[in-house]
Amino acid sequence: MTDFLLELRSEEIPARMQDKAREDLARLFAAELTKAGLTAPELVTYATPRRLVLIARDLPGETAAVSEETKGPKASAPPQALEGFLRKTGLTREQLVERDGVLFAVIDKPGRATADVLAQAIPAIVRAFPWPKSMRWGSASTTTESMKWVRPLQGIVALLGEQIVPVEIAGVTSGAATVGHRFHHPGVITIGSAADYVEKLRACHVIVDHAERRQIIALGATMAARKAGLELIQDEGLLNENAGLTEWPVPLLGRFDEAFLDVPPEVIQLTARVNQKYFVCRDADGKLANAFVCTANIDAADGGAKIVEGNRKVLAARLSDAKFFYDTDLKVDLEEQAKKLGAIVFHEKLGTLADKVDRVARLARWLVEEGIVLPAPLPGREGPGVGPETQDRSSKDQPTPNPSLPGRGVLAALAERAARLAKADLVTGMVGEFPELQGLMGGYYAAAQGEDPAVAAAIRDHYKPVGQGDDVPTDPVTVAVALADKLDTLRGFFLIEELPTGSKDPFALRRAALGVIRLIVANGLRGELGQWLNKAADLHLETYLRSSGQAIPDAPMYLEVSDETKRLMADGEMLIDFPVAASAPCYAGLRAAGLHPAPPIDFFADRLKVQQREAGVRHDLIDAVFALGGEDDLVRLLARVAALQAFVGTPDGANLLAGYKRAANILKKEGVALAAPLPEREGLGVGLETQDASTKDQPTQHQLNQPPAGSDRPGDDRPVAPSLSGRGEGIPLSYTPEKAETDLIAALDSAAPRAASAVEAEDFEGAMAALATLRAPIDAFFEGVTVNDPEPAKRTARLALLARVRAAVHSVADFSKIEG
Amino acid sequence: MSQPLSFQRMILKLHDYWSERGCLILQPYDMEMGAGTFHTATTLRALGPEPWNAAFVQPCRRPTDGRYGENPNRLQHYYQYQVILKPSPPDLQELYLGSLAAIGIDFTKHDIRFVEDDWESPTLGAWGLGWEVWCDGMEVTQFTYFQQMGGFDCKPVAGELTYGLERLAMYIQDKDSVYDLAFNDAGVSYGDVFLENEKQMSKWNFEIADTDALFDLFRKHVAECENSLEAKLPIPAYEQAIKASHVFNLLQARGVISVAERQAYMGRVRDLAKGSCQAWIESNTPAWQAKYPGWTA
Repeated sequence: MTDFLLELRSEEIPARMQDKAREDLARLFAAELTKAGLTAPELVTYATPRRLVLIARDLPGETAAVSEETKGPKASAPPQALEGFLRKTGLTREQLVERDGVLFAVIDKPGRATADVLAQAIPAIVRAFPWPKSMRWGSASTTTESMKWVRPLQGIVALLGEQIVPVEIAGVTSGAATVGHRFHHPGVITIGSAADYVEKLRACHVIVDHAERRQIIALGATMAARKAGLELIQDEGLLNENAGLTEWPVPLLGRFDEAFLDVPPEVIQLTARVNQKYFVCRDADGKLANAFVCTANIDAADGGAKIVEGNRKVLAARLSDAKFFYDTDLKVDLEEQAKKLGAIVFHEKLGTLADKVDRVARLARWLVEEGIVLPAPLPGREGPGVGPETQDRSSKDQPTPNPSLPGRGVLAALAERAARLAKADLVTGMVGEFPELQGLMGGYYAAAQGEDPAVAAAIRDHYKPVGQGDDVPTDPVTVAVALADKLDTLRGFFLIEELPTGSKDPFALRRAALGVIRLIVANGLRGELGQWLNKAADLHLETYLRSSGQAIPDAPMYLEVSDETKRLMADGEMLIDFPVAASAPCYAGLRAAGLHPAPPIDFFADRLKVQQREAGVRHDLIDAVFALGGEDDLVRLLARVAALQAFVGTPDGANLLAGYKRAANILKKEGVALAAPLPEREGLGVGLETQDASTKDQPTQHQLNQPPAGSDRPGDDRPVAPSLSGRGEGIPLSYTPEKAETDLIAALDSAAPRAASAVEAEDFEGAMAALATLRAPIDAFFEGVTVNDPEPAKRTARLALLARVRAAVHSVADFSKIEG
Repeated sequence: MSQPLSFQRMILKLHDYWSERGCLILQPYDMEMGAGTFHTATTLRALGPEPWNAAFVQPCRRPTDGRYGENPNRLQHYYQYQVILKPSPPDLQELYLGSLAAIGIDFTKHDIRFVEDDWESPTLGAWGLGWEVWCDGMEVTQFTYFQQMGGFDCKPVAGELTYGLERLAMYIQDKDSVYDLAFNDAGVSYGDVFLENEKQMSKWNFEIADTDALFDLFRKHVAECENSLEAKLPIPAYEQAIKASHVFNLLQARGVISVAERQAYMGRVRDLAKGSCQAWIESNTPAWQAKYPGWTA
């Protein structure tokens, strides 16, 4: 058993690539070993700016000999078959082994020396290495076929035990020699074996282990800050980056001029971190201190005095630039700045940034006036916890839109004000220099010019939530602006069909949709998302008409049904499966404007599934609720999904699902289409009257395609529940039903209306509980009743009964979408 | 410690250093340009198989960086020192560090770092991988292995070093303002030479330059570039592309090019530069292939 050491030395490897490179090296190496029939019990990898290292412990001296047996023809087979087999294997008849009348070729492969395996594996690994960016160099690069590496490859150490594994890659020959620290020990050092590699390099001022360098920096920086009476602001990303930029890290603390502390702390921190990779510190009061910690790559002869002084100067130059921008920006009112937005194109088809600001401001106001964003923040909630606490918030408890409600008018005004100033910082010097400070700077400038604190906060936070872990705003002014901004962007890019494809999402629409979803869920925002998007489209259409010099009608365009729209609807040219389509939009107007009318509801559904999957919600359950159609109140949808997830986890739920699937399968087989609970729709009850029906034709396709009764459109006040109630009684049947049949009828008569009215009241747990009562009767029905009775009347009546079961279940969710 | 090098002596040291290492010492290109990379000794010579080693100072003009002489670090006119070595030698990093030592940087007291910084010039259709070299946290050099120029693969790859001369001098002389730099050893400062220039040029760049005339010039340079390309004259064509690029920079400083138009103007310049590079390759390929059989563009 021998250890193997591989060091691939190059010019400086970018810090951000080192972690992945270590993983890739281990993975590729293990794959090459496996291919040769070897396994290394232990692989260790290291990376520094100048080297990528792997140590494999306890490799055998050679690969195991293997004996491969290939089955051939029968001993009695014709000679041609035998000849073919001999040709294929390269053996003679005598070398074949006969067993049970069948011939076998046995080929013994002797073991290969591990050194040979490695000598082949290393070039293969180097050539296949997946650097995110790689380059050619030197005199070999007269063709584009020349070797590529992250930066020029300088040396290879390949030692199996104490023996050099001979390798030559792109003119670099393997050996036992490497170099130490670039300045502390520039000369050649000779490595004996894997065993002395780490320590020999340490003696030459190279800490090869990234984790150890991290630790040195973390500890050194913390101690340096503490010695100055300060607390280091921890930053994992910076730790990692500095560890990737050094072979011999030495954290050093320096001070900058206190006068720079007038600049917002975020600006100082960003300047220090992004441009200079410095840590910053806070003082005993928790405020940013005028100190930085840089990480040198050298033990300087003067203890680092010159290094600190040099770094201080660089930081001072950068901070004085920042201070100049800040002071200059403060002299101009945000309203003045906002005027410049008219000169900046947001997107050539969606107008200028000033147009966008105008739309967002009006949409934010609308969101408040319509009661979608309410003055008092609702308790923050997010994720799978939506269910339980929402169930008692039935729609009747919802504050109804009422502009006269105290606070509503004030909130609307604040939201509009915030939105009108929200993008003004884009033309400030500071954001020009540091684009990542957008929003934040606007917040500072707004506060400085005396805006309402809620307005300043909304300007600051309206881009949120940005990343996955980012906070979701809950202040109503911020919520209104953040939501309006994202809706406007989404709706706009969908109107002009600039959609994300594959991994490309240049306008970050997925992030915007996710932001909308998180804002809705976290704040319990109620209402129809489709309608909000329509309002956004309405505003976009106005921009379009204005920029093309057309008159803008007084009435809202999108919400008005034009004659043209009605004609298109009648012609079936318009999508009518979307809930608000029926009540609205000027599809024709949008079309005439060359815009794409369909609202991006499916896009939201997909984002919602992704987001909820991460929160542990089953995507099939979301599908089951979406499949009912017409639900675009996400809070209600998720409450229903949560109740459903809880329910299908119970024995009652699981069994009901099984019973449902059985019923649905029978109906499918019998050709009773999914949307066929006709008897219920016609109020004839349960289908038990169906003597008539059975003598008639089967329902026509047209009738079958009617929407299911359970589709329960929001805002649809077709009284589903009442029409079901009290119907089991006294309806004549042409035969005497069996007990299990009458029991199921009775159970449905009781459960269906309860489920439906619970759904109506958004009491989804109640609806599930009602459905749960069906489980035993359904089981008993399948146990004791033959659906496919030879008597047509019985058969028809029982199919109708199953259809009613299906319909009742569908009043809650489309169970056919549920897996398992 | 000996007296630090003046600005002009630092340049002379670099000239000596690179001259001793086989570089041609060229003079600046006599046209306004935004970076030393625009010099034909870099752009055009980076293409093709012939070895090429050259070093030169190139004045750079970046009108938007002007600060009327009021900012100690920002100038609309400054100097870059360019070294181009093709093919890139295997010890390029060591050669480079040797040049820093030659101008007085002590590696036992200073922290030199190679920090990832990939270079891309949208106007030249060029890119490369490399680093910005830090000295105690200050970027003093851009170090690049050219991979493409004018949209063409560099075969072989050239190594390019671009030293920021004023920054290096401020560092070596320990000065906080560029204007305080000792230009020579006889008491003339950088400010004596350039402060008035910065004031006047900033005013002209930002406030005075006749934008109608500039727009007109841009169109004329574009037309002249195309005219030269048609005549199969890549060098004059390239010069017109550089001129158009500078006029575009002036228009930017005057604030008359909107964000939306900016891309279109840059694309226009890129097309001209690429067209010039293509013409350069086409006109030279027969000679290159005769000398380097098997070489292809």
